[in-house]
Amino acid sequence: MTNLEKYENAFIECVGVEREQLKGLNYQDAEWDSVGHMSLIAAIEEAFDIMLDTDDIIDFSSFEKGKEILEKYDVEL
Amino acid sequence: MWSFEKYKENIACIGENGSKMLYEELLEASKVFERIIPSRSLVFLFCENTSGAIVGYTSFLANKIVPLLLDSSLEIDFAESLIEKYRPSHIWLPETVDSFDYPVILNRWGYNLLETKLEPFSLHEELALLVTTSGSTGSPKLVRQSYKNIESNTRSIVEYLKIDSRERPITTLPMNYVYGTSIVNSHLSQGATILLTTKGLMQKEFWRFFVENEATSIAGVPYTYEMLKRLRFTSMSLPSLRTMTQAGGKLHPDLHREFAEYALANGVDFVIMYGAAEATARMGYLPPDKSLEKYGSMGIAIPGGKFDLIDDAGMVITEPNTIGELVYYGDNVTLGYAECGADLLKGDERAGRYETGDMATRDEDGYYTVVGRKKRFLKIFGNRVGLDETERLLRSAFSNLEFACSGVDDRMTVFMTDADVADQAIKFLVEKTGLNRTAFKAIVVEKIPRNEAGKILYGELNKIDT
Repeated sequence: MTNLEKYENAFIECVGVEREQLKGLNYQDAEWDSVGHMSLIAAIEEAFDIMLDTDDIIDFSSFEKGKEILEKYDVEL
Repeated sequence: MWSFEKYKENIACIGENGSKMLYEELLEASKVFERIIPSRSLVFLFCENTSGAIVGYTSFLANKIVPLLLDSSLEIDFAESLIEKYRPSHIWLPETVDSFDYPVILNRWGYNLLETKLEPFSLHEELALLVTTSGSTGSPKLVRQSYKNIESNTRSIVEYLKIDSRERPITTLPMNYVYGTSIVNSHLSQGATILLTTKGLMQKEFWRFFVENEATSIAGVPYTYEMLKRLRFTSMSLPSLRTMTQAGGKLHPDLHREFAEYALANGVDFVIMYGAAEATARMGYLPPDKSLEKYGSMGIAIPGGKFDLIDDAGMVITEPNTIGELVYYGDNVTLGYAECGADLLKGDERAGRYETGDMATRDEDGYYTVVGRKKRFLKIFGNRVGLDETERLLRSAFSNLEFACSGVDDRMTVFMTDADVADQAIKFLVEKTGLNRTAFKAIVVEKIPRNEAGKILYGELNKIDT
């Protein structure tokens, strides 16, 4: 599985969306509420074996923004 | 109900755009409503954490207009069934919501007032406020709260949390959730300033608002504390924070200890509390100086209240460390339930005594610990969700199929016999309850085990739920 697939799967599992809906997906869309956010962050941390800083967790507000954040942790998508 | 005259110059609330509202403005708003809505009318108040909801709430109570507090994002079909059942004369809701066809007769503070002209039911003279018991499974059952209930519970909370006009709580809970309502009541009664935000803990804007406005307290259900832990809250710098409260279900003892240790090291009061809508809001609290020593416990009765433990025969248990059903006595025990419009005329059916349905123990020092439940419900993200009700919902949506619901707080397990509907069933529950999908887990079994009388054997099912 590529890193991008891992990243996408975390969203699909945690916020109840299909792969086609990921582009442009923002916090509070679909089931991406605070509970979904928490499980999403947990899934991403586990998938890439990283630990996100508080500022990055609360800045993680869209599918695209998350990609930028992961770059800081040397995760290539 | 309020003493806003005394705090005229104080700021009652600050909105997320920085707009401030003085207590004087709440007083004036109250006069506006007095001219439009007759006293003893029923109003549906669709809440969001903005000044419009606050203005409506305080004005209705001041004018003896009875509000039913609902979530502004309530499912429209459910809202309509409630309107049909209880026939409110008016609806106060955010101007961004246009789900209803009734004419708008007032537009202010970002809210609209709709007039329904429905034939009203008579309201009992003591009735002050109505709240839902479990919005999530769509039950139309309401809790009837009196003026005495609200005043008494507010007084107790102010006393044990030592709330004064310098407090600046930030909203983390919906105002229609009794824990959220109790924060509004206790702080507005003392001239404090409520920081109103529609943003959540997982959003940058929330924390910016927190820091800029120097919030002094934060409130949370168990799940909130799970989130704070994930946010590595204990390493955040929040110098204005003085109090953290927790209610809405039992906090995991490990988390309780962790936050109690943090609080002790940082000069913050961490207060575990216990309550229910049927007791207005609060019944018990763990004094912050005991938070670490008594972690896992929910504490003692609030000022003016009393707890008893009773055994199966209804006798009061006097020995320590013995499990019994927790019974509460106090002026905040509500009048009773309403299940239809005619019930709004009913008086006090509880006479100050409430059987909580929680099983608890009391230690040698008099501190209570909740150890289980008599009734079949879970607390999911702070919301009460009935397991039998959920089974009924599933059965009626997926006819002829068998379901059994069990599980632990924050995670319901749905047992079913047909693997093909597992995804659909979970999706259905997410839509119906508005709870995130992580709250549900599906397990497919060959058959739902039952005893000879046809009762589901949940114990058997729980064994395979790991």
